[in-house]
Amino acid sequence: MTVTVRLPGALRDLADGARALEVEVAGQATIRTLLDTLGTRWPAIERRIRDETGALRQHVNVFVGEMNVRDLGGQDADLADGAEVHVIPAVSGG
Amino acid sequence: MLVSGWVHTAAMTVLLAIGTRKGLWLARSDDRRSWQLEGPQFPMQEVPSCAIDTRGGRARLLVGAKSWHWGPGVLHSDDLGVTWSEPEAGAVKFPEGEDAAVKAIWQLKPDTADRPGVVWAGSEPSALWRSTDGGETFSLVRGLWEHPHRLTWEPGFGGQAVHTVLPHPVDDARVLVAMSTGGVYVTEDGGESWNPSNTGIKAYFLPDPWPEYGQCVHKVARDLVEPERLFAQNHHGVYRSDDGGKSWTSIADGLPSDFGFPVVVHPAAPNTAWVVPLVADGHRFPPDNALQVWRTADGGESWTSTSSGLPESYFAAVMRDAFTPDDVADAPGLYVGGRDGSVYASPDGGDSWSEVVRHLPDVLCVRAASLP
Repeated sequence: MTVTVRLPGALRDLADGARALEVEVAGQATIRTLLDTLGTRWPAIERRIRDETGALRQHVNVFVGEMNVRDLGGQDADLADGAEVHVIPAVSGG
Repeated sequence: MLVSGWVHTAAMTVLLAIGTRKGLWLARSDDRRSWQLEGPQFPMQEVPSCAIDTRGGRARLLVGAKSWHWGPGVLHSDDLGVTWSEPEAGAVKFPEGEDAAVKAIWQLKPDTADRPGVVWAGSEPSALWRSTDGGETFSLVRGLWEHPHRLTWEPGFGGQAVHTVLPHPVDDARVLVAMSTGGVYVTEDGGESWNPSNTGIKAYFLPDPWPEYGQCVHKVARDLVEPERLFAQNHHGVYRSDDGGKSWTSIADGLPSDFGFPVVVHPAAPNTAWVVPLVADGHRFPPDNALQVWRTADGGESWTSTSSGLPESYFAAVMRDAFTPDDVADAPGLYVGGRDGSVYASPDGGDSWSEVVRHLPDVLCVRAASLP
């Protein structure tokens, strides 16, 4: 299935300027398999979303539609074909 | 040799790298008194570590940057900061299966000229990393990571990190690291095995103030002429070792305080070191509320304030890596940055100081070198 990953400005340079990436995921996609697949083509993007243990970085939010994946069971959340996933830096800091 | 007054040196340009809580600034000077400043680079990223590697007749800049959103990285530049590179997969990361993630790079240390390409990194969590390609990629030094003490090292206020890496200039099997807390550890077999090396360093905050390890060592510097001699600024306590860290002796007498974070050594003269005291753990302001740099030229037997030109109304602290010498052997420059975002430079070993910049974000690290 195909999932659209919408990137924040800070990561677009790592995707040759693209605002969104179309990612083909084999089988039933989850956030985890989506990011695994993303990492094979765009490792510099994936490692900014997840650390080397595979955990989502603390101050990065990933939304499926309007829902934060942390409220959907984390990276095991299922994705539908055509889903839009937004990567958005958390509002934090000073 | 320390030279008083205005110092005349051969034509040279000194590059000063200033890592702050919100980016990197670079400054250049031909006389170490007037500076051209550029920055920020890596805006909004913490830069707790940087290095200027001038081995091999070229200058490579290394930066340990940390985005609070996107994680840490080590980047390098071979064109003095015009462009930066980093492997797509990252330069420093724990191997699969370790269930640990690098939070920040606290130290970047090029090895000696005799070991081209070797660069060391210290990270949070406390781990040591070694690069053989000039700092482009690093491998975990497993001997320290798998040390049975590791799980009992406690994080200091800033985190649990290896903040000091001192390879031995003659024997490449010997490396010293320091961490807060944990203290000093040394290897004599190239990193396979590590032993605590804290005899004589007090840990007043523990029930047993003289433990084998667990000390809060803030910074260690190795004498570049007599490499068995080391200087340590502790969380209360200033020490010297004459045996490569096997034992430590207090050299705090003569200082206004034994608390502080950095300690640095002369690039070419033995027994010469500088510290930047703070009053105490519970009162982290400079003595007399004046930024003070103190120098010893006799291995800590005596100390002299070398603070002419430094601000006399100053309430900021100087972090462990925000104080550095440059590499001008006959007339070393010194550079000190504070959490108030100011940086001061001395072209004469501390005899006189002038402002490089003020109002930057909190200064976390400074490094300086004459450009090849």
